[in-house]
Amino acid sequence: MRGKVVIAGVGHTRYGKLPGRTVTGLNVEASAAAIADAGIDKDVLDAVFVKYPTSEYRSMYGQTVAEALGLHPRIGGVWDQGGATNISMISFAAMAIVHGQCDVALVTTADNPKTGTRQAYERSWGDDACYGWFGTPAGYAMIARRHMEEFGTTHEQLGAVAMAARRHGAANPDAQLRLPLSADAYAASRPVVDPFRRDDCCLISDGGAAVVVMSAERARELRVPYAVPILGFGQGQTSWAVEQRPVLTETAAKVSGATAFAMAGMTPGDIDVAQLYDCFTITPLMTLEDYGFCRKGEGGKFVEGGRIELGGELPVNTSGGLLSETGMPGMQLVIEGVRQIRGTSANQVDGASTCVVSNQGGIMHTHSTLILGES
Amino acid sequence: MTKVPRPVVTELSAPYWSGLAEGELRFQRCGRCENAWLPAREQCPRCLSGQWRWTPSAGYGRIISWVVYRQSMHPAFADQVPYNVAIVELDEGPRLITNIDADERELAIERRVRLSVSSGRGGTLARFAPAG
Repeated sequence: MRGKVVIAGVGHTRYGKLPGRTVTGLNVEASAAAIADAGIDKDVLDAVFVKYPTSEYRSMYGQTVAEALGLHPRIGGVWDQGGATNISMISFAAMAIVHGQCDVALVTTADNPKTGTRQAYERSWGDDACYGWFGTPAGYAMIARRHMEEFGTTHEQLGAVAMAARRHGAANPDAQLRLPLSADAYAASRPVVDPFRRDDCCLISDGGAAVVVMSAERARELRVPYAVPILGFGQGQTSWAVEQRPVLTETAAKVSGATAFAMAGMTPGDIDVAQLYDCFTITPLMTLEDYGFCRKGEGGKFVEGGRIELGGELPVNTSGGLLSETGMPGMQLVIEGVRQIRGTSANQVDGASTCVVSNQGGIMHTHSTLILGES
Repeated sequence: MTKVPRPVVTELSAPYWSGLAEGELRFQRCGRCENAWLPAREQCPRCLSGQWRWTPSAGYGRIISWVVYRQSMHPAFADQVPYNVAIVELDEGPRLITNIDADERELAIERRVRLSVSSGRGGTLARFAPAG
C-alpha cells in the first residue's frame, strides 16, 4: 500500500477561543478549506469520517456533519479512539479506498472545549474518585513519575520538550500561544499535579481541522496541486485503567510505530522531521523511545541540547504542537506534516522529505502513527 | 455543598465493599487459572472463566507510581490539596488506585506498603502506609 494513497488537501479554522461557533460549523469550515486546498469539487467526496467532539458526545454525529456538508457518503461515521482518532480515520479511509469501498474521503474533526463544555476532560475514574483520582493530567503524571524515578528523567528534560514547542509556536502565525518559554519561566510555572507544572500541559482550544484522502492515481486525474503520499500507518491500544498496565513506561506507540515503519519500509533513521502528540511533555519523550529514535529510558537525554528544535538533528512539533499551536486532538499535527513535505511550514526543515506523525488518545490508551513523504 | 464521591456498590462489587467495612481487602481469584485481579469483574480477564472466588489479601504490596495534586480537579477535594494518589500492586498481584498515609518525602516507586483501611467522608477505603 506504500504511497498508493495521498493526502490531497488540508484545511483548518482559526485556533483558540471561538465563542458562538458550533462544532458542526467548525467541521464544515475546516472541510471547505481542505476541499479548496485539494482543488476539487465537493461532490467527488463519497466518504466522511468524523472524530467525535470531546466537548459534546452525540449519537451518529457523522450524519449531522454529512448533512451540513450536503453529502450522502458511501462509507464513514464517527470513530472514537480519543486523540488517536484522526490518524486512525485517515488509515481506515486509505484502506477503504484501496479496496474500492470509496473513492475520495473527507476526514474531519472539530471541538469547542474552550468556550463550550469539557465533558471528556472532566471525567472521574469510577469508584476511584473516592481517592481523589480525577482528570487527564494526573493520569499522565502517574506515568511521568514512574519514568522519572525509573530512568532518571528530569524536570529540565520535560522542560526542553515544552521550550521546543513554544519556540516553534512563537514563529507560527496560526498558533494560539505565541510566547517563547525560557528555562526559568518553565521552572517557575505553577504546579498542577506533581510532577507536572502548567507548562507541561497542552492548551485547551476551539477549532476545526480536516484533510482530503484519495488514491495517488485519482489525485493525478483530478490535477490535485500538491498531494502528499502516505507511506505507512499503524495503530496500537491498551487497557482502560492506567493502573492495569503491566509496564507503565511502555506505550502503544511501540506496536503502532513498528507497524507503520514496516509498511513504509523505513526506520527512524530515515525520518527528517517528526510531529509527535504532545498533550503533556512526557508524551513525545516516550513516543521517541517507543518509535525507536532512542532506547527505552533515554528519551530525556534525546530531547536535550536543542536536538528537537529547528536546526537540530530531529525537529519535533515544528508548528508548536498541542503545547503551543492548538490543544485540539491531533489533526493539526497531520496538517503540519503535510506542510513540511510540501515545503510550506512556518518553521520549514530544509529538504524535509519524510515526516512521522503520532496521535494518541486518553491516557496513552490508544495510539496511531502516520508516515508521510515523497514516494 | 459539593457532593463527596462515594462508591457505587453493585451486586458484583458488594463483597469488596463489605470486606473493607470489616477491615479486609478482598480480590477475585480465578477457580480455573488462579489469576488474581481487581476491580470486580464477571469473568477472569486471562482465561475468561466465570468461576472465581473472593479472597482476602495479606495486605502488603509496593508503590508502582504516585502523584501529588497541587490543584484540585474536583470541588470536593479543594480543601484536601495537596494530597497524593498512588498505584499499589498487592503481593498477590492485583493493582489498585489508593492514597498513601505518609509525608510525600516518603513516597517512592517500589516502596513497600501495608494496608491501612480507613473510614472518612468518602466511606471506608483501602489506603496504605509505608511498611517497615
